[in-house]
Amino acid sequence: MSFSQASENARASVSQEAAVLQVCDLRVYYDTPLGAVRAVDGVSFEVYQGEVLGLVGESGCGKTTAAMAVLRLVQPPGRIVGGQVFLNGVELTRLSEGELRRIRWRELALIPQGAMNSLNPVMKVRDQIADAIETHEGKQPARELKERILQLLATVGLPARVYNMYPHELSGGMKQRVCIAMAIALNPPLIIADEPTSALDVVVQRVVGETLLRVKEQLGVSIILIGHDMGLQAQLANRVAVMYAGHLVELAPVLAIFSAPLHPYTQLLIEAIPTIKQRKPLKLTEGLTHDLRNPPPGCIFHLRCPHAMDVCRSEKPPLREVRPGHFLACYLHA
Amino acid sequence: MAELQEIPLLEVRKVTKVFGGGFLRFAPTTVALRDFSLSIQERPARIITVAGESGSGKTTLANLILGFLTPTSGQILYRGVDIQKMSHQQRLTYRREVQAVFQDPYAVYNPFYRIGHVFDMAIKNFGLARNRAEARALVEDALNVVGMRGEEVLEKYPHQLSGGQRQRIMVARAYLLKPRLIVADEPVSMVDASLRAMILDIMLRLRDEHNISFLYITHDLSTAYQIGDRIYILYQGQLVEGGQTTEVIDNPKHPYVQLLIESIPVPDPRETWGRELVLTIDDEQAAPGRQEGCPFYPRCRFRMARCLEAAPPLYNLDSADHQAACYLYEVPTA
Repeated sequence: MSFSQASENARASVSQEAAVLQVCDLRVYYDTPLGAVRAVDGVSFEVYQGEVLGLVGESGCGKTTAAMAVLRLVQPPGRIVGGQVFLNGVELTRLSEGELRRIRWRELALIPQGAMNSLNPVMKVRDQIADAIETHEGKQPARELKERILQLLATVGLPARVYNMYPHELSGGMKQRVCIAMAIALNPPLIIADEPTSALDVVVQRVVGETLLRVKEQLGVSIILIGHDMGLQAQLANRVAVMYAGHLVELAPVLAIFSAPLHPYTQLLIEAIPTIKQRKPLKLTEGLTHDLRNPPPGCIFHLRCPHAMDVCRSEKPPLREVRPGHFLACYLHA
Repeated sequence: MAELQEIPLLEVRKVTKVFGGGFLRFAPTTVALRDFSLSIQERPARIITVAGESGSGKTTLANLILGFLTPTSGQILYRGVDIQKMSHQQRLTYRREVQAVFQDPYAVYNPFYRIGHVFDMAIKNFGLARNRAEARALVEDALNVVGMRGEEVLEKYPHQLSGGQRQRIMVARAYLLKPRLIVADEPVSMVDASLRAMILDIMLRLRDEHNISFLYITHDLSTAYQIGDRIYILYQGQLVEGGQTTEVIDNPKHPYVQLLIESIPVPDPRETWGRELVLTIDDEQAAPGRQEGCPFYPRCRFRMARCLEAAPPLYNLDSADHQAACYLYEVPTA
C-alpha cells in the first residue's frame, strides 16, 4: 500500500516545465502505387524530463513509424513529409545525416522491436557494449571501460559473469536487459523503447519492465514506451498517448487514461483489456480501420465511433487541452 | 446412453514426449511433455485451457493431439481408440471431427489462392457437398457463424484481409467440417485487442450453440479467465496445477502459478507490481534440461531438499477438482 502510494505520488510529480523532446505536426507517408499511406498524419506531443510516455494503439496505427521518424530512421518507401522534432531545443529535422549520427545513441537511444535478436551472435556481450561506447567516445582505457560495462550490467540487474558471455548463452529476458544496458551506455536523455517486452513470458516481462523503471529512476532518463499491452502501460507509464490511424486522439496522465478516458477509441481500448479480476461479458466492437490511403473527412474515428455526430463527419476535431494536462481530439467534450 | 457417457471424446493418457537422443545418442534430450493426462467429455462442450510460458510443452501437446508428433510413451484416445492405431476410416473421421486453428493468421494461407480455395479444399477432401450450390450454401453458413458474408471475402486474396478476418475465416473453415473438438493454438495472440473479443465470442457461441469443445492453448491467462472452463498450467513439460479456471486464477496454489499470476500487469495504474521480489530471480537458471525433481526448484520461494529428489505428484486441494503438483499440499499421513 505505502509503496504504491509513493509511486503514485512520484508519477504525478513529473515536472511539466522541462520538455526533453518536442514533436510538432509530424507527418510520415508511405508511397504506394495506389497513393500515399498516411501512417503518421499530424502528430504533436512532448516528452518531459524523467517520465515514461506510453505510445499506444493497435497494429498499423503508426506508433512505431512516429518513433522512427523522431530518430529520422524511416525507411523508403516511407518519407517524412512534414513537421518538426526538437531534442533539447535542437531541431533534428534540420540536421545533416552526419550531425544526426553523432546525436543518435548519445542523445537518443533506441531499443528496437525484438531487440534481443539484434545482438551480434559472434561477439561477446562486453565487446558489443564496448563497441557502442567507443564508436561515439573514441578509444577508452581498457580498465575504465571494463568497470563502466560492469557498472552498466549491474544497473540492469545482470550478474557480472554476463560480461564474458555470448548472446546465445543468455535467456530472452537477459538479452533484452543487455540491450537496455547498451541503450543507457552513453547516458542519453531519451530512450525510445519499441515493444521492449513483446516476445517475453509474463514473469520475465515483469523483470524487464521493472529494470526499465529502475534505470529511469537512477539515471533520470525519459522513455518513450511503444506498446499495445495496456496492462504494461498502466504499470510503467507516467502519461499515455493514444494513436489511431496515424492521429493522436488522446494524451493524458496514466491515471486519467485508465479511470476516466474521454475519447471513444480510448474507452474502447480500455474496455477491451481482458482482466483476471472479474469475469465479464466480452465487449464486441464492429468495424475496421478505413483504408489509410483514403482517410474519411472529419474525425478519423467517426466510421467506428458509437457517438458520431454530424460535425464529426465534416470537420476534424483538433487536439485540445480539455483539462490541465489532458489533451483530446473529440467534439464530445468541447 | 450411460455407457456412452463414460467414454470421453478425447483422452490423453500419461503422455510423455522426449526430443533429441535417438540416432545421435550423445545429444542431450529434452523432455517436452512429461506424464500428462487430460480428458474431454463430448457433452457438455467445454473450453479447456492449457496454459504455460514458452517452452512449457503446450504446443507439443497440440501437435501430439493433432497427430503431427507421436508420443514417446502414453496414449491419446479418441472415442476410446488410440489415434496411432486407427483404421483408415477411423482416421478420416478423426481428422474431420478434430480441427485446428493456429496462431499465425498470416502464415496459414497460400498467398496465390483466393480465400474460397480454403473452403473448396475442405469440401472436396471430405466430400461434403454433391454440387456447387450445396457447397456454396455450406460455406455461406460457416461464414455467417463468424459474422461474415461469402460475397465479401471468397473472391479476395489473403493479403486483402486483416489478421482478425483471416483468423475468423480459419474458425469458419474448422466449423464447416462439423467438428467435435477444435484445437486452438494461441488463436488470438496475433490479433489486435479490439478484435480479440470477437474471436473469443465466436468460440463461446460454438461451444454453447453448436456443442463444439475447444482445447485452448495460450500463454495469456486473462483471456483464459474470461472464457475458459477448465485450465491446466504447464511448467517445463510438467503439469503444475489444474482445476476450474476461475478457481485456479483467483486462488492459485502452486508457487509458480502464484508468481505467474502476480506478474500479469494489472491494467490499473493504482495497482502496481510490488517490486524487489522479482528482480532477484536469475531467470537464466530456469533453462530446461533438469531431469529429476521439481522443474520449478531453481526459482521457487518455498523449495525444500526433497523437491530435488523426485518431482512432486499431483495433490488434491480442498475444493473438488483443484490439483497442484507441490509438496506444500501433501496431506500428512497420520
